[in-house]
Amino acid sequence: MSDRVPILRIGQVLLVSIQIDLEDQTVLDLQDDLAERIVATGAGGVVIDITALEIVDSFVGRMLANTAAISRMLDAETVVVGMRPAVAITLVELGLSLGGVRTALTLDKGLALLERDRTARTARP
Amino acid sequence: MTGHEVEQEETVPITSNDDVVRARQTVRTYAQQCGLSLVDQTKLVTAASELARNTLVYGGGGRMRCAAVRRAGRVGVHAVFEDRGPGIPDLDLALTDGWTSGGGLGLGLSGARRLVDDFDLHSEPATGTRVSVTKWKR
Repeated sequence: MSDRVPILRIGQVLLVSIQIDLEDQTVLDLQDDLAERIVATGAGGVVIDITALEIVDSFVGRMLANTAAISRMLDAETVVVGMRPAVAITLVELGLSLGGVRTALTLDKGLALLERDRTARTARP
Repeated sequence: MTGHEVEQEETVPITSNDDVVRARQTVRTYAQQCGLSLVDQTKLVTAASELARNTLVYGGGGRMRCAAVRRAGRVGVHAVFEDRGPGIPDLDLALTDGWTSGGGLGLGLSGARRLVDDFDLHSEPATGTRVSVTKWKR
């Protein structure tokens, strides 16, 4: 049994803070757990905090891209926050620019981004 | 061919997902001790993560040897990933961005090559695969 990453709910947002060096099975479990929690809670947004991650390789990068795509299909928006500069440089050189993934520098900015989205959505006729 | 002196060496078996984590932690320790910059540490550890996963998934398991090395007055970290798996039939194809024989993104080998200074790939059908990488301190 591998460990599972906890998913917290704050209002309309699901928050995941990755604090440990993840093994691949834990990464896959997180992707599945998030999809289920989005539907179960009706959350409109997901924030994935990777501040503590020293590396993001192609496996974790793919999970971030998949989660963004899956959540969009389930009517939720994903924002990845806290990417370190060295991680961004390495990901681009690796060949993964995560085009479909929204990012914010900090948790505060990520939450503000989702809040703006929500307001814009509900304002529509 | 590599022509460097080995100062300190460690072997990590790669037979499970846990071991992939252990392999990258070992490489990180060596990279820090060697004094690589933060960006270079990140690049090397990321490359090691890709290669260790390949050893496990495509090679059916194997081992990593990580060493602190010295050549012509420069210090660096050298890591060798070895398996006795089926080997890679077409090396050029395997090094092409986006090509994968499994379910991955096809960035492991080609991406890892871009992240290190020296890259050497040796593979023979039915014998196995050996990938050596080195990152030198700037």
